[in-house]
Amino acid sequence: MAHSATQALGTADTSGFYDLRGEHHPENGTMLGFWLYLMSDCLVFAVLFAMYGVVGGSYAAGPSPKDLFDLPLVAVNTSMLLFSSITYGFAMLEMQRNRQSATLLWLAVTGLFGVAFVSLEIYEFLHLIHEGAGPQRSAFLSAFFTLVGTHGLHVSFGIIWLITLMVQVTRRGLSVENRRRLNCLSLFWHFLDVVWIGVFTFVYLMGVLR
Amino acid sequence: MHEERSQLMQTLFGRLSLEAIPYHEPILLATFAVAALLGGSLFGYVTYQRKWGYLYREWFCSIDHKKIGIMYMVLGIVMLIRGFADAIMMRLQQAIAFGDAAGYLPPHHYDQIFTAHGVIMIFFVAMPLITGLMNYIVPLQIGARDVAFPFLNNFSFWMTSAGAALVMVSLFIGEFAKTGWLAYPPLSGVAYSPDVGVDYYIWSLQIAGVGTLLSGVNLLATIVKMRAPGMTLMKMPIFTWTALCTNVLIVAAFPVLTAVLVLLSLDRYVGTAFFTNDFGGNPMMYVNLIWIWGHPEVYILILPVFGVFSEVVSTFSRKRLFGYASMVYATVVITILSYLVWLHHFFTMGSGASVNSFFGITTMIISIPTGAKIFNWLFTMYRGRIQFEVPMLWTIGFMVTFVVGGMTGVLLAVPPADFVLHNSLFLIAHFHNVIIGGVVFGVFAGINFWFPKATGFKLDPFWGKTSFWFWFVGFWFAFMPLYVLGLMGVTRRLSHFDDPSLQIWFQIAAFGAVLILFGIVAFLVQIYVSIRDREKLRDHTGDPWGGRTLEWSTSSPPPDYNFAFTPVVREQDAWWDMKARGHQRPLQGYLPIHMPKSTGAGLLLAGLSAVCGFAFIWHIWWLVVASFVALIGSAIAHTFNYNRDFYIPADVVTRVENERTRLLAQQG
Amino acid sequence: MSAAADHDAHHADERHVHSHDHGHDDGAGHGTFKGYMTGFVLSVILTAIPFWLVMGGVFDNKQTTTLLILAFGAVQILVHMVYFLHMNTSSEGGWNMLALIFTVVLVVITLSGSLWVMYHMNTNMMPMSVHDMRNMP
Repeated sequence: MAHSATQALGTADTSGFYDLRGEHHPENGTMLGFWLYLMSDCLVFAVLFAMYGVVGGSYAAGPSPKDLFDLPLVAVNTSMLLFSSITYGFAMLEMQRNRQSATLLWLAVTGLFGVAFVSLEIYEFLHLIHEGAGPQRSAFLSAFFTLVGTHGLHVSFGIIWLITLMVQVTRRGLSVENRRRLNCLSLFWHFLDVVWIGVFTFVYLMGVLR
Repeated sequence: MHEERSQLMQTLFGRLSLEAIPYHEPILLATFAVAALLGGSLFGYVTYQRKWGYLYREWFCSIDHKKIGIMYMVLGIVMLIRGFADAIMMRLQQAIAFGDAAGYLPPHHYDQIFTAHGVIMIFFVAMPLITGLMNYIVPLQIGARDVAFPFLNNFSFWMTSAGAALVMVSLFIGEFAKTGWLAYPPLSGVAYSPDVGVDYYIWSLQIAGVGTLLSGVNLLATIVKMRAPGMTLMKMPIFTWTALCTNVLIVAAFPVLTAVLVLLSLDRYVGTAFFTNDFGGNPMMYVNLIWIWGHPEVYILILPVFGVFSEVVSTFSRKRLFGYASMVYATVVITILSYLVWLHHFFTMGSGASVNSFFGITTMIISIPTGAKIFNWLFTMYRGRIQFEVPMLWTIGFMVTFVVGGMTGVLLAVPPADFVLHNSLFLIAHFHNVIIGGVVFGVFAGINFWFPKATGFKLDPFWGKTSFWFWFVGFWFAFMPLYVLGLMGVTRRLSHFDDPSLQIWFQIAAFGAVLILFGIVAFLVQIYVSIRDREKLRDHTGDPWGGRTLEWSTSSPPPDYNFAFTPVVREQDAWWDMKARGHQRPLQGYLPIHMPKSTGAGLLLAGLSAVCGFAFIWHIWWLVVASFVALIGSAIAHTFNYNRDFYIPADVVTRVENERTRLLAQQG
Repeated sequence: MSAAADHDAHHADERHVHSHDHGHDDGAGHGTFKGYMTGFVLSVILTAIPFWLVMGGVFDNKQTTTLLILAFGAVQILVHMVYFLHMNTSSEGGWNMLALIFTVVLVVITLSGSLWVMYHMNTNMMPMSVHDMRNMP
């Protein structure tokens, strides 16, 4: 029989076939898995950028970027996000040094910058809608609100996640799981920064140039 | 029309009212009666057997990749029956609706049926069946104890099921989309489809899409991180390779679908102007974007079954797969090229000669690696000792059928020819030729091949062969007439014809559909008969076919922990190599095994998502807010649960393994 | 959902895990103070220059400005990748980098392909509005 080899009994040498000492621990896949999720998120933004690229000039006789965009406000907003990036970096450095309260402090600062960013964006949106340049006005404005708004939603979720993690770090300290979660949020936060570079270059600056 | 609804009713129920229940449609009423009867008796049976607790604890909350895999397969088969019911209704309508005869389906119903058929067959039949096979087999093939994120796996399954449930709900509450399976705007926009149909479409796909994406991430991380020691990339079983490439495509393509559907729903819910005719919208952009997802999607479906066929061919030819390396490269090349061909789905939209020729040429190029695969299978069989077991029958049936579908595909890749054949029944015949001849045959090959692994007994071969021959012959009868009709210029999605000379072809096609119905029934009988005769079909070895890869090295069904000791891989076809070197099972020294804990969180989160989707569909805004807040809240609460794993004690492992030793000794 | 993703692997509860496991646990690259500061200063500069180019109207030629700000954007993305996201060829055995390269290729295909296809579509379209009609060649 073909399988007779599998059925042989006895205590013959089995060492070559299996890891008998149970030493093979598969590596933790969380950081890779989270990175893959970010890559898929990247493609969501690619679609939104493509949409903006295609209909970004369809004003439907409505306002154009030149009439609407307030570059000084965008510059302030960008700096909020940049500051939040470096403060998140400081939080990670404190985490590496195992200093829990300093980590929490920098996380809180990061969260505040994030809130400032989102608030400025909401202000900008409300202002535009108030001027009659809402997302329904033209395909250009639909694409603008969706692209920038999706980024803003990501930042908002990042803030909720950050608060959750702050509670968890307070409760359970800088345990290995919590460090891993902070590392994931770090990737998420900096990834949103990278997307924002695309937004202010492609949407705001090039829009005004158009 | 009905009276003005009170403000309160509007707030409480949105646009949902008793009018939404189609009690004036006899066909739907009968369907509902049958569904209620079957569902009721199933519910009664489970209650009578007092199995709800068992089902909930051991299956619904299970994070064991094997149980989740089986649940995916069950979902796929249940939905196959629904999707096929749609198919045979269409075939019947088209066979009788000529001249003065209007047929039995009014156009608005017929349009929902062809939309639902497409959506269900792709998203809720093919995808769950493929994901189920990968979920069950991949961790076993790479010598792992579970997937990288077991909880996420359970959650993904329930999200897919929640999407399927929403589609089923649309049968009895409201209606489904009447737009065709990709819901092109402006038809799917709020101006032309103000009803709930398209909203059902959007939300069922969005919810299921989350599940698909997460399961893609999960399996990728599993394959990359959890392979047994010694299993380098070029020693991975070919099915795992195709699963790797498919999941790359899932992670890269499904976000595009998600984003496009978000844009469409913004058009419908917020009044944006992405795909509208006015305010600068551009409906062609929707078609462009959705096919950027849509083309990779067909490779997501076909690549894993290429893997299944590769495993089956080498096992039943008792030979190593011919051209393993070329098979791997062909798979990788297809993965990348599948991103460069999307425009061939809309050559006729008018991008002009330069764009069309680019995409025509890339499409033709993609047939080269696929052809290479066919030759690899042929050369594997050449001079092999072929055993015509049921999986092998499906494989040979596939090779004959799929080549025809592939060639008509190359024909359609020529833009001038496509201008004649676009949206004709020729196209319908082509993609059913590759999807039935490829994906469905492959899934049946896989089910027949791996069923003994999952249950410990083989499937009955007589009913398996019966099912195969009905499907095979039925397929040719059902779809060859459509090629002919397509060449005569008949377009798709018509519920009535005037030219009586066409009728005979539709009648032949309907006959084919009836044969396929027998094929499906024979498959269900096969499952029933096999469970009834399970002691006769029992396999204690865990290796009923003389397998080559690691899943055959453990018992059937495998223990919760899959492998008592992690196998060490030296060769491709690791299990074949171990047997050749005189494999011995270790009989003592078992260690405790670290395993993840079951949880009901996935079911809860997916249920809340379904409620949220339902509320969105019917504009019940308070419920949208409530279920969304509950969803986020429970997700956060779930992250506060740090107690997610346990150890299977060594003496339990010892007991399980000793039982296997005893059974193996009995056999020998 | 992402929060749920990160901690349900086999070794979720690290207290049980043997000592030799610690080496590869949090696979993310570690930053240093110097690295973060370099990244921050560089990105401040790389942000300020494009804003200045546009707001100050430094060049009369719009095309020059467009190309320049796109170039600055690309460089800044690289800076963020290296100094904030700690991308290198060795993290996660090179899989992170491979996934990134693949994604970048797909993003480029999606963006440039859509723009190319849609540009041709729009060119070949029948004029949609009176305004377009008047400007027919």
